[in-house]
Formats: sequence, C-alpha cells, structure tokens
Amino acid sequence: MRELDVKEITCALREMAISINHELSPDMCELLNNSDKKEESPLGKQILGQLKENMQIAKDEMIPICQDTGMAVVFAEIGQDVHLVGGNIEDAINEGIRQGYVEGFLRKSVVADPIQRVNTKDNTPAVIHYSIVAGDKVKLTLSPKGFGSENMSKVYMLKPAQGIEGVKEAVLTAVKEAGPNACPPIVVGVGIGGTFEKCAILAKKALTRNALSHNEIPYVKELEIELLEKINNLGIGPAGLGGRITALAVNVETYPTHIAGLPVGINICCHVNRHISREL
Amino acid sequence: MDIKLNTPLTREDTNKLTAGDYVYLSGTIYTARDAAHARMNETLDKGESLPVDWKNNIVYYLGPTPARPGKVIGSAGPTTASRMDKYAPRLLDMGLIGMIGKGKRTKEVLDAVVRNGGVYFAAVGGAGALLSKCIKNAEVVAYDDLGTEAIRKLTVENLPVIVVADSKGNNLYETATEKYKK
Ligand code: SF4
Repeated sequence: MRELDVKEITCALREMAISINHELSPDMCELLNNSDKKEESPLGKQILGQLKENMQIAKDEMIPICQDTGMAVVFAEIGQDVHLVGGNIEDAINEGIRQGYVEGFLRKSVVADPIQRVNTKDNTPAVIHYSIVAGDKVKLTLSPKGFGSENMSKVYMLKPAQGIEGVKEAVLTAVKEAGPNACPPIVVGVGIGGTFEKCAILAKKALTRNALSHNEIPYVKELEIELLEKINNLGIGPAGLGGRITALAVNVETYPTHIAGLPVGINICCHVNRHISREL
Repeated sequence: MDIKLNTPLTREDTNKLTAGDYVYLSGTIYTARDAAHARMNETLDKGESLPVDWKNNIVYYLGPTPARPGKVIGSAGPTTASRMDKYAPRLLDMGLIGMIGKGKRTKEVLDAVVRNGGVYFAAVGGAGALLSKCIKNAEVVAYDDLGTEAIRKLTVENLPVIVVADSKGNNLYETATEKYKK
C-alpha cells in the first residue's frame, strides 16, 4: 500500500491558500478578462475594467484579490489504497490552512463559536468534505469562500411537480435577491437532487468545477446555458449598478433523489471564485 | 459625473451629489464593521461616548487583510453594508455624513440618509487590491483587540466610489437595474 505523510497535505494546502488568494485559476481569469466585451453599460464596463486591473495588481504586488480571503472549504478525495502516516489528517489540513493564512498575510475571518463569536486568529478550522475514491492518490481541492456571496445562498425543497421550471425560478429568485450584495459578476453553483444537505454540497462542488466547462448530461448543459442568459437579462450588472454582465458562469450538478422530493441548492459566489486542486 | 471631494464632507457637498455620480475621495475616513458597530452601540446604550467623533465623517465598512512588512495596509475592499443597517440610522442621526460599502440598505437607513443630508457610496466589491493603493496611511484608533474589525483611521487619496443613495432619496440599485432589464 502506498504511504503518504500527512505533512505533504499540510505543505500543499499552505501553498494553495496563498496562491489562490492572489491569482485566480485560468478559467476565472479568462472569463473576467473577456467580461467587458459584452457589457453595454458604461459604468459596468468601467467596473469590469477595475476588476481586471485589480487581478493584475493582486498578482504583481502580492495583495490578496479581495480582503475577504474566505473560510477555507476543503474537498479531500482519498484513494482507498493510500495509507496516511505521520499524524491525523484533520489536524494536517487545518495546519496547512493555519500556515497559509498566518504566513501569507491573509485575513482571519473565522470565529470559534457562531453565537459567542471569538476570532480563532488563524482562520481555522476549515470546512472539510471527505470522500473515499478509487486509487492510491489524495486529491485536495481548496475553495476559500467569501461570505458576502455565501450569505445570499439558498436551499429550496421543491415539489417534484415543479420540475425544471421550478428549478429555474428558484435560481433566478436567489440571484435577484442577492443583487449587489454578492459582488456581481457572480458564479452560480447549483446542486439538484439528493437530500437537504447533499444538494448544498453539490452546489458548493459545482463552484469548484472549471467555469468554462459544461455538465456532460445534455439537458443539464442546456440548463446551464439558459440560466446564464436569463440571469444576464436581469439587469443587475457589475457591482449591481446596472448592466448586462451579472454572472460569468452557471455550473449545475445533479444526483439521484427520493420519489417525493426535488431539493435544489444554490451556492452563490462572487467573481472572486477561488478554486485550486492538487493531487498528491 | 466625476467629482473630487475632500473629507470630512459638508452638507453642502452631499447636497450636490446625485445617485450615479463617480466620486474620488481624499482625506481622512474611518473603518468599522460588524463587531465595532455592535460595540459602539453598546457604548451608546450605556450613555458613554464613542472613540470616534463621527460628525461629518465617513465610515468605510472594511476589514482589511494584514499589511505585509513595509506596506500601509493589505487588501481593502468594502464589505456588505446591510449587516450594519441596524446601527447606521443612530450614527447618521449623530452626524455621520457618509458610508462606503456594498449592497442594499433598509428603508430605515435610506430615510436616515435623506433626513440628515448624508450619502451612501458603493466601492467595487472584490477590488480590494486596487482600492488598497488609494490608502496612504492606516492606524488603529480603537478596539485593537478586534483584529481586522478594529476601527482604523485611513488617509485616502482619490478613493473611487459611486453614489448609490443620495440625500434626495434616489437609489441607484433600483433605477440602474431597471434600465438593463430585458
Ligand atoms: S463576496 Fe467575494 S468579492 Fe465580495 S467581498 Fe466577499 S469575497 Fe470579496
């Protein structure tokens, strides 16, 4: 059995946290860099120009793209043929986040208790989603999530009879409600099916997918395209100050569900949609 | 319209502003966000005085990233203003003249803006690296224990902001969206 020292996990996450808060993944860079071409509003164009300039400054001068460097969401896909040695995986993940946020001059935005609200001062703990997969590798995906947009996310438990039209309406309602608060242009992650918690995790996972790609299921791909167009007809625009470019991408994931249900999770993300993966 | 303004502002300045104006602010402004507002509110409830005299001053809803060595501040963009809605009318009635943030406000806040001749500006959310370049000095003046949420006194130069809600009751978030709706 292949052995992997959990120190490698710590080391990888430290680097990933620093890197992704200063430079977005190529898919997001491409979407943002092309976004102003289709913008009709002069103010919208100017704002998209600022966002492009912001990305350049962040990268060149090592200033985080956004001051909300997020709560760290980690997807850990662990091959069933790996033997993890050298310590506890959960501690190793949190140590990586701690080092990245403290040594990388990132913001510490996590409080230890949701009601008592004392800052943990090192941005831990992370929110970790584990899955056991085939093979002998460990794949880590880090997605630091800002809360301006997280706060505008929703779960709807629709009725099966509402069908795909119900899903569309739910997404458009959530985006309208989010308006300027989610820092548009946004990326929308949608999870359809599963259970209450499953659709929310699917929606989060959808945000980590390459934003230039489409779902492989033909009707889901069509849904992604149609939703993007409908969202961009809402008029919200860059920074919510009016315009054509309200969203850059809509990523939808699906999962089997119960005969009585149609859960829909909508995870809204701002244009600072940070996601980075590494295989160990 | 592009307008350059020096802080602290006067009611004469704010009366001339209209929703949609692009404004470059220079001078002193103060940061405060969730925890600082909660603490200020408690202080006022106890009948004590605040660490900052808000009269004619502007609050920037901001919690920056830490400054790298030799730098004034880290990334410094706006946070969602609605979380401060509960506290804003009280401060506006005490003389606070402007707020910089992002996102919608309640009717209570917008009414307080009109009543007091104030202004609500939006800075572009997610442009923290760019906006940080306009901050020439930063110093914690209160609530140091709150870390990123401490109150900071900032010296800014040509900080780009957009008038969202003006003293005449206009609200750009409502009008601008209608214009591009299809
Ligand atoms: S929603 Fe995104 S862009 Fe806006 S402040 Fe939060 S992290 Fe930054």
